[in-house]
Amino acid sequence: MPYPTDRKYTKSHEWIQANGKSATVGITDHAQEALGDIVFVELPKVGTELAVGKPFGTVESVKAVSDLFTPASGKVTEINGELATSPEKVNKDAHSAWMIKIALSDPKQLDGLLSAADYEKFVAEEGGH
Amino acid sequence: MRYLPKSPADREAMLKALGLRSVDDLFAPVPAEYRLNRDLKIPRQMAESEIMDYFRQRSRENGEGYMSFLGAGAYLHYRPVIIDSLISRGEFLTAYTPYQAEISQGTLQSIFEFQTMICELTGMEVANASMYDGSTAAAEAVMMAVRLTGRRSVVVARSLHPEYREVLATYATHQDMPLSVANFGGDGRLNLHELENSVSSETAAVLIQSPNFFGTIEDAAAVADIAHKNGALLVVSIAEAVSLGIVEPPRDAAIIAMEAQSFGVPLGFGGPYCGVIATREKFVRQMPGRLVGQTVDKQGRRGFVLTLATREQHIRREKATSNICTNQALVALMVNIFMTVYGKVGLKELAKQNLAKTAYAAGQFARHGKVLFSDAPRFNEFVVETSEDPAAINSRLLGHKIVGGLPLKKFYPELGNAALWCCTEMTTRSAIDTAVGLVAESERSVKSAKEEAEEVAR
Amino acid sequence: MKDMIRKATRHVNQNEGLIFEKSSTGKAAWKLPPLDVPEIDASKLLGSTERKDLGNMPEVSEIEIIRHFTRLSTWNYAIDLGMYPLGSCTMKYNPRVNEAVARVEGIANGHPYQPEKISQGALQILKTLSDCLIEITGMDAITLQPAAGAHGELTGLLLVRAYHHSKGKPRKKVLIPDSAHGTNPATAAMVGYAVENLKSDARGMVDISALAAQMNEEVAALMLTNPNTLGIFEQDIYKIADILHARGGLLYMDGANMNALVGKVRPGDFGVDLMHLNLHKTFSTPHGGGGPGSGPVAVKKFLEAFLPKPVVVTKPDGTLGFDYNRPQSVGRVRAFYGNFGMFVRALAYIQANGPEGLRQTTEDAVLNANYIRKGLEGAYDLPYSTPNMHEVVFSDKLQAKKGVRTMDIAKRLIDYGFHPYTTAFPLIVPGAMMIEPTESESIEEMDLFIDAMKSIAEEVEQDPQTVLDAPHSTRVSRLDETAAARKPVLRWKPTA
Repeated sequence: MPYPTDRKYTKSHEWIQANGKSATVGITDHAQEALGDIVFVELPKVGTELAVGKPFGTVESVKAVSDLFTPASGKVTEINGELATSPEKVNKDAHSAWMIKIALSDPKQLDGLLSAADYEKFVAEEGGH
Repeated sequence: MRYLPKSPADREAMLKALGLRSVDDLFAPVPAEYRLNRDLKIPRQMAESEIMDYFRQRSRENGEGYMSFLGAGAYLHYRPVIIDSLISRGEFLTAYTPYQAEISQGTLQSIFEFQTMICELTGMEVANASMYDGSTAAAEAVMMAVRLTGRRSVVVARSLHPEYREVLATYATHQDMPLSVANFGGDGRLNLHELENSVSSETAAVLIQSPNFFGTIEDAAAVADIAHKNGALLVVSIAEAVSLGIVEPPRDAAIIAMEAQSFGVPLGFGGPYCGVIATREKFVRQMPGRLVGQTVDKQGRRGFVLTLATREQHIRREKATSNICTNQALVALMVNIFMTVYGKVGLKELAKQNLAKTAYAAGQFARHGKVLFSDAPRFNEFVVETSEDPAAINSRLLGHKIVGGLPLKKFYPELGNAALWCCTEMTTRSAIDTAVGLVAESERSVKSAKEEAEEVAR
Repeated sequence: MKDMIRKATRHVNQNEGLIFEKSSTGKAAWKLPPLDVPEIDASKLLGSTERKDLGNMPEVSEIEIIRHFTRLSTWNYAIDLGMYPLGSCTMKYNPRVNEAVARVEGIANGHPYQPEKISQGALQILKTLSDCLIEITGMDAITLQPAAGAHGELTGLLLVRAYHHSKGKPRKKVLIPDSAHGTNPATAAMVGYAVENLKSDARGMVDISALAAQMNEEVAALMLTNPNTLGIFEQDIYKIADILHARGGLLYMDGANMNALVGKVRPGDFGVDLMHLNLHKTFSTPHGGGGPGSGPVAVKKFLEAFLPKPVVVTKPDGTLGFDYNRPQSVGRVRAFYGNFGMFVRALAYIQANGPEGLRQTTEDAVLNANYIRKGLEGAYDLPYSTPNMHEVVFSDKLQAKKGVRTMDIAKRLIDYGFHPYTTAFPLIVPGAMMIEPTESESIEEMDLFIDAMKSIAEEVEQDPQTVLDAPHSTRVSRLDETAAARKPVLRWKPTA
């Protein structure tokens, strides 16, 4: 699956799509592939202050749990409630099954993240060893 | 050695196949200075008949043949014989945890039925496959409430089993969980005024036991109101499971932590027993312990698996809901069979017999001594206050092959000469009458001694 | 392939629904005796707390219950049916005399609060078993209270914490090797300790230089399994103990693998300060489908004062009793005295063996594991060539090339009439296959196992799909665990 170029990526396999001071966050297709069938997504409450690099939730498959890491600091404005009952949406289309929306406290933090092409390269290299 | 399926020649052949001269070569990885070069100083090898004799002798030194009025978290109920005949089947007895679902459907389905019946009896929506016992289940339930609320302090009823309180205190010590204790009132139930003063916006949970340690039934709805007003959860410990046959379960509770020993588990000098946690569906991901779920196989046939394992230690390691791994599966199977035998009608009738025996006994004791906490409804335990130290009365009762009630001074010094008595369907009227007779005699002699002393003084 | 399966043959087994599906009003499997006291009016006694209805509890007859559970039982694999090579679980024979003695009247029905005067039998059992376990471990004192291995770990770390606290500072972290069981880190967290991972070296043992570098005054203890989860004895054990002790840390041993040591090596002799045992592993008490267990914790003298209360003591008049007056105790870890029924069984096991039996048992357990190692070398990848004790860990590296993983091979073993080995553990071996035969297997049974494993390795080369789709012979095929976790169905409900 091609990685959309309208957003940025982290080395911990989240994507973030900014629109001015607000942004949408999810996990990458590579991440869902590596996790396997996702059975549960745990998300923060609306209003939670998130700090860049810190965990904001977890995704679970049958036999593994992975932390979700905040790509850029900000306050949670919305969560994707659909994932509570239909976590399989992340497996079906990770790049449209968003998890949280945040009000960015510093949109410049996105500048340090990976582009689609760089992320694709990163994934290819990571898989190589 | 009779358990080892090898002849000396077998061992020789195996060593040869491995290219070794002696079995000690296998222990070469252990530095020589740590190897034990002598026999262990333990009893010599015994024949099966000797082992049977040894334990029969210990049994004779262990209250064999006594009629007992002890309860206090461990109850003597009749155990239908089919429990032992079924759990003795090697396929249940000698199986491991059912991780390999395809060859563990027997254990898995029985746990699923167990979970269902615990839900039916407690009024909760989900129940786990068992915890160590009622005390650790209560502690784990409180820790679960702490995770659910994000708050840390806990209010504990003093009418909760004193040993359960001790266990909770041990668990709480290093988890930054401040505990406060709310006392009981004149009816033996949690003092609601005191509770109101103890609960705050910091309180994660209020933990009570019902029927409580004195056998009285707590007003769980009123306790829940106070907890909920402050955003705290109600956690209820149930130590006498048979009460569920006739006493409404605490439906306002967020979590119920049970001891299911009463359901077909032998007293066994305190264990193994069967703890269980039951809760609401929405809280399930914070529940500790194994869970069995229903699913289908590749052909669409119904089957059962261990599920939601990501809560557990083998996956989440230091972030797990609990460190629990081994549970009480075989004991849970005893409980399961017991619940199946008595079922919808039998459990109620059984509970009614407990109630009747207790009502009779409490009535008889009240005629000669003082029965405390009579203003609240009770199930199968009650507190009798005597003029004489109950330990002294109990030693006379032992002469009649009767074990009297549990003296409470050790746990509740302010209750003085009070003792906790328990009657179940196993308690005979003649044992009750004998015990009441001795208590009456004791009261009479204390009274006449007192009168004599007064006479002398005059 | 079928003609290659020598251990098992398919046979008919009975179908059986849920017990609730058999229930109908008026059936009963119970009968109470007539009351010898006056009848009561429950609503008068209980008022609003009276329960009227027991919902969907079943109503069935006795024969239905017997058939129900007997049929269910035939769907289980069990030690009584054959080899159960689960590594780290020590699935050995569960002697039947253990069950018989646990059911003797005064032992089965003793009440935990009955007066000590009429509890001498139970107290004697507690005392004798304690003495035996102290001698077997080479330690000085013991508590039998913990209900299982993980509960023993909890108790052990509470002792560690209490000890350091008494020295003025509880310390902050516990070192745990990367090969450890998940209960170790989960337990450390419960006692308020941070977990620091300790890596293994190329031999599969604790990396001594890493340990030396990580050890400091913040480290409360190292939790070490020995032999470790690779079945390898930590040869540098005394160096490990010295490094810890030099900085005031304690050496905690997870006794999960004690079946490799009993009667041959004593942890107390090689520097261990405290350890737990699993009576349901080493001392033959039945696993019962997941429990009950029992996890006594044995300690050196300097930790005795911190043990959970009560402890058994000999009183001046020579009788036994409980001592509750233990001011430095960590407190209780469960109500009453522990899983007493398991103590009875463990003691019966020790008596049936005696010193020579226990030693022979350990030797046979180690001999068996090495026999299997020899038999499977070449057919499966052996990631660590270090000699092993009572268990051996292979990996699926060779088979993974064909897309077949450890879990697939495990499932195929079922068709061959065996319970699978432990899969995917320890975590340091990708695709781990952890095999522990225990002493209870004969040469014939192990040869069948070796043949089965080799045959599966051949199948992987010739017909991997057969292995990937296994098991083929069970009542149910692989179950949909994803669906079970996404939409959990955790109880039966009546269809409306």
